[in-house]
Amino acid sequence: MSNFLSASIGRKVFMSLTGLFLISFLFVHLTLNLFLIFDNSGNLFNQAAHFMATNPIIKIVEPILALGFIIHIIWSGWITLENMKARPQGYASGDQLLKWWAPSKNMFILGAMILVFLVLHLFNFWVKIKFTGDPLLGQITVAGAEMENTYALVSNLFIHYPLYDLIYVLGGILVGLHISHGFWSAFQTIGLSNINWMKRLKYIANLIGIVFAVGFSSIPLYFLIKF
Amino acid sequence: MADKILNKIYVKVWRQNSPKAKGRFETYTVENISQGTSFLEMIDILNDQLILGGKDPIAFDHDCREGICGMCSLYINGHAHGPDTMVTTCQLHMRRFNEGQTITVEPWRVGAFPVIKDVMVDRTAFEKIQQAGGFVSVNTGGVPDGNTIPIFQDDAEEAMDAAACIGCGACAATCKNSSAMLFVAAKVSQFAKLPQGQVEAKRRAKAMVAKMDELGFGGCTNTGACELACPKSISIAHIARLNREYLVAKLSD
Repeated sequence: MSNFLSASIGRKVFMSLTGLFLISFLFVHLTLNLFLIFDNSGNLFNQAAHFMATNPIIKIVEPILALGFIIHIIWSGWITLENMKARPQGYASGDQLLKWWAPSKNMFILGAMILVFLVLHLFNFWVKIKFTGDPLLGQITVAGAEMENTYALVSNLFIHYPLYDLIYVLGGILVGLHISHGFWSAFQTIGLSNINWMKRLKYIANLIGIVFAVGFSSIPLYFLIKF
Repeated sequence: MADKILNKIYVKVWRQNSPKAKGRFETYTVENISQGTSFLEMIDILNDQLILGGKDPIAFDHDCREGICGMCSLYINGHAHGPDTMVTTCQLHMRRFNEGQTITVEPWRVGAFPVIKDVMVDRTAFEKIQQAGGFVSVNTGGVPDGNTIPIFQDDAEEAMDAAACIGCGACAATCKNSSAMLFVAAKVSQFAKLPQGQVEAKRRAKAMVAKMDELGFGGCTNTGACELACPKSISIAHIARLNREYLVAKLSD
């Protein structure tokens, strides 16, 4: 296993595995978030949020998730830097082969934009729920259990701040684009692909990308239009 | 039908006197070029013109001029081997260009392929990767019977598809990371699909990847540009196989 960590393929395996882990997290995240739309009383979402905040297994997974994000972010910077060094001088006539907007060509830029969004997103909700608190997060009782009114915090932001709606829609689209390449690429990197499966994985990647983009964007749009 | 004549075209080409010298673009006017002329013949005509004018001709790589030797290169108008697909530069013809067009000609821009002169680059790096493991060791002796080792037709076909690689370097030249992964994948795949390649499979994958990294090629980010630029249409599915071969070899260390 010597020098596996610094080898070009070894480095990418880290990106691939953390990427797939983060995609699985996003599936859970999206599913719970959709409770915001399907129950206007907010009880369903509050119960889900309460479960995520108190469940011991989730507590164990939380730092692993953070580590997943950190590795994925740091490794991407390292890999991009190494790749840039491989071409000291660029082409005057540019690259006319792939479209300039192709997600595969812009994974680092898409990722960096998602990171900016992520920081903002954490400040919007996670920091308030976990540390600083917020007047909107008053205790409520749902089905006999005391819990914070997370629904009020989320719905307030999306109802009263259209700029945030726009940012969250954009965030959803960026994640969708990133994953439309990242998903099949991850399988390619760990060798779990071939001429037949590559086509299928690309199809699934586009599908997941669309589900994430539409799914995450639909939430701020729902609050903006409905309320 | 007679070929059309391009009355005037402009060739903007990279000129660099030596590996260490600072290069620059020079634009030359070339007149009366038949569209049936191949791109390299057009450069030949331009070079004649330069020599008659007392100037240094453009140094460029070429050999067989029938698309099989892998010697020609050139990055033309933002495309490795020019705007045609599945051909090398020597098979590119002037019918792909228009009257009055400026054609930008650059060398492969890959750190591991230093410019020797003008648009000629040193692709020894690919040979070094090959020497690191792109072979099977065979003891000399009697000629083995051709049918001793049965091989599935599909496997033989896939190995042959990989073996079609001519090592021109278009994959690394077109890759935004200057990655040599398609080349290495083709060279590993042509053996990985055949029984004769199994004995040295682990050593081969590790040695060739290590050499590729050492020589300063970038990593693969699966953009698929290499496959589109490859004159032999080698599929990036071979890269998945290389990754698999490499990971299996590394995991068993």
